Order: sequence, then C-alpha cells, then structure tokens
Amino acid sequence: MYLTIDGVEKSFVNESKERVLVLDDINIDVEKGGFVSIVGPSGCGKSTLLYLIAGLDKVDKGEIRIAGNEVKKPGPDRVVVFQEAGLFPWLTVLENVTYGLKLKKMPKEQAKAKALEILKMVHLSRYVDAYPHQLSGGMKQRVAIARALVMEPDILLMDEPFSALDEQTRMVLHKELLEIWRKTKVTIFFVTHNIREAVLLSEQVIVFATRPGKIKETISIPSMKNGVMPDSVTLNTEQRILSILQEEIEKVLKEEMGDDYSFETNHIHRNDSGDMGSNI
Amino acid sequence: MRRIIFIGMIAVIWEVTSRLSGLPEFMFPSLTHVLETLFNGLISGQITEAIAKSIGRILLGFTIAIIIGLILGYFIWRYKLVEDTLGFVVTALQSIPSIVWFPLAIIWFGLNDFSILFIVTIGATWTMTVNATSGFKNVPQLYQRVAKTYGSSGFHFLRTVILPASVPQIISGLRIAWAFSWRALMAGELLGGGGGLGQLLEMGRSLGQMDLVISVMIIIAVIGTIVDNVVFSRLERNVQVKWGIQR
Repeated sequence: MYLTIDGVEKSFVNESKERVLVLDDINIDVEKGGFVSIVGPSGCGKSTLLYLIAGLDKVDKGEIRIAGNEVKKPGPDRVVVFQEAGLFPWLTVLENVTYGLKLKKMPKEQAKAKALEILKMVHLSRYVDAYPHQLSGGMKQRVAIARALVMEPDILLMDEPFSALDEQTRMVLHKELLEIWRKTKVTIFFVTHNIREAVLLSEQVIVFATRPGKIKETISIPSMKNGVMPDSVTLNTEQRILSILQEEIEKVLKEEMGDDYSFETNHIHRNDSGDMGSNI
Repeated sequence: MRRIIFIGMIAVIWEVTSRLSGLPEFMFPSLTHVLETLFNGLISGQITEAIAKSIGRILLGFTIAIIIGLILGYFIWRYKLVEDTLGFVVTALQSIPSIVWFPLAIIWFGLNDFSILFIVTIGATWTMTVNATSGFKNVPQLYQRVAKTYGSSGFHFLRTVILPASVPQIISGLRIAWAFSWRALMAGELLGGGGGLGQLLEMGRSLGQMDLVISVMIIIAVIGTIVDNVVFSRLERNVQVKWGIQR
C-alpha cells in the first residue's frame, strides 16, 4: 500500500483541561493514484487526520507511512489544499504558485514556465500577475490547487476545499479536479462533509463516526473510470451513506441540544431509490 | 483647497494680532518677520544645517530602534518564557516618556551626541517591540500552515511568511515609533545641545529671538507632517491596495 495509516490515535486537551480522544485506532490504506474521501459530522476528527498526514501535527499512537517512510514533519511530497485558499496576499498569483518551487531551489525560469503551465490547466492564464484579493473565491481556490499541483506531490491532501464556494463554482471545480486527477495520477485524500461531493469524486468513501472519531464504514464507489455514472447509482450510494451517518448526526445533536432531540429524515422527499414516484 | 484657505486665515489673524497687540516684536513677532527669519535662516544655512543634523540623528536612532524592536519582538513572539518576562517589562517601559531617560543618559554617556541618540532610540524601541510582537502574533495560522506544508522553516519561514504577513502592523508601529523618536529628539537637542533644530530653539530663547523660535517650530511641524503624510501614509496605502484591504 502507498499511504498507510496504522492504528493512529490522537487526543487533545480541551478548555477544562481534560483529555479528549479525537481519533481512535484509525486504519486506512490508500493505493497510489487513489482518490479517497472521508465524510463525517463536524468534529469527528477528519481534518485532524489530514493534518496528521500532512505532518502539521503529531500522532499520539500508531504510525502514518508513505511508501514505507514514516511521516514526521511537513514536506512538499504531501501538499495541503485548505478550506480557505490561504494565498499570500503580498504575492501575485504567479509568485504564490512558484513559492514552493523556489523552496525546492528550482531555477527561476524553469519555475515560472512550470507555474504558467499549471495555471493554464486551471484556466487562470489571464490572472498571472493579479493579486489574490482581485480574484473571486473560486479563482482563489484554483490558484491554491495550482500551487499544490505544481509541486508534483505524491499525495494531494484536500481539507474541505470547496465548501466555501457557491454551488455553480463547486460543480465546475469538481469536474476540473477529476480531470486533473486523471491527468496527473496524483493520490488524493479528500476530507469533506458533503456526501454528494464525496460520492461524485472518489473511488472510496470512508464514513467516520464521531467522538471519538473512528471508521464506521468504508464504501467503494462503483465507478466507470471514463465517464459519468448514472444518477440512480450515485443517489443510491448517497442515501446509503446518509443513513449510516444519520446515527452519528443524531449523536452530535443530542450532545449539543439535549437528549430529547430526535433527528428524523423526511421520507417523502427522498426515498431510498431516489425515485419519487416508485411508491404510488 | 479648504486647508489652504484655513491656513491663510490663521496667517492673517496672526499678522493682525501681532501688530495690534502692542507687545514688543521679540516677544510676539509678526508673521512677515518670522518668514523673513525663516528664509534668511534657510539661505544662510543656519536652519538648513540644523535640519540636516536633526534628520541624521533621527534616521540613525530610528533605524537602530526598528532593528532592536524587530529582534525583541521576534524573541517575545517565539518564546513563551521571554514573553512572560521581557514582554511584561517592555510594556512597562513603553509607558515611560523617553525624555525621562535623559538624566540617566547624561550620567552614563555625558552631555553629548550619544546621549541624544540614546533617548531617540529608546523612545522608539519599546513601541516598535510591542507592535512587532503583536504583528507576528497575528499572522494567520493558515499562512503558517501553508508555508510549512511547502517545506518552509527557520529563517526562510520568517522572511517569507511571518515578516510580510505582519507588514501592516509593522507600518503602524513605524508610524508611532517615528512620532515618539521625533519628540524625543527635539527634547534631547533642546537640553543636550550639540546642534540640531532643538538647539536652535534654545539659542533663539537665550537670544530673545522669538522669530527664530517660531521659524524652527514651523520647520518641525512641516517635517513631521511630511514624514507622516507622505512617507508613512503612502506606505500604508500601498500595502492596503496591494492586499485589497478596504478602509
């Protein structure tokens, strides 16, 4: 296996100085070139897991290995795309994209050529010399993706990268991300709370249980590598994940709002087959 | 335009009251007299030399203060122990007007250029330290994480992320630090001698030449305004435009 997460445990100390277990015995294997999504209710530790893989945080127990090497600190082989683009406002788009390349000591001209190529791939050639504040949310996120891809990372770690965008932009970026993934064969580890997004993009969806975060179920998405999946299949998978998650969501809500809270889905609008007329 | 009319009005009132007041010319000189002295002073080099001397001093003191401020700010930001100890002391020191250091400086270094330089520097250092610290502290976690995932660390991290990200705060620190050291400089020169605008004030007083005193005051005001409005405001605006900060 390429990315191996082996019995990882992580806990934090909260405000009242108690240790809270955030991740409990996580075991995940990801193949090279795979696209794995993690979905789960907020606070289930999915972002924490991503930071652990990135090396921004340290595991308490267990091990994370990439191609057999243990992850100890952040490195350019695992680049993160965050929820907010996190572009440096004092650098132009081009300078932002070449930031990592310069760190790798790549010659200026070569870095520039490479950055321009990637910016073309994310359709931002016209904004090379713009500053981040001149771009829309979707464009910023594109730059962030370009900045990550230009490093030719082994693994692209994405932490809810599209959740701050509007629906249309998100749809376009989904398509572009899939194209990029197919073209570059990069391994993608994708964290989201959007079930549809996870089903649409990835080959494998890992559903997280919360408090403490652990793996509840792993679902392989039947995919037709070349093209579009029939809506019914997607919807069916979505429904399955939602029903798995329901219990977890209820648990969170109960904790937050008191025990008498009960979360019920509306079966009229979305029945299991995704076909509204099937029960007539 | 409004400003020019207003200043014109002040000038007229000044001229008129000075002529009608009946006070002797040396106590309350008329505007025309002051302008004449100012002009002559600039031509003869008396005032120009003093300006050069003062500017030279403040540039040196100010630069030292910025460097010390940034370095102290770095350590306070970086190490919790330094923050709890030195950070606290710096906040206390910041509240001491810099001229208060002058008696000590005279004893330590004598009544000379170095004493003046000392209080100019110390007047700006603490403010700069406080601002640099809060600038470094307020660098968004996101930028730091991004830089680290690209493999930035150590001095590179400081140079490419922490420093540029805290530029807005550092500029406002520079602005306040400049104001403090400019005041300290005038007070120091007034008491310490050794040339400069402050000493020219003292000379004007001892010679009973209020026209000279007021001329120097005008110069002080003009330089202060130019530095603040032209240098720092422009710096601030440039950063705001580049970053897209709206105000």
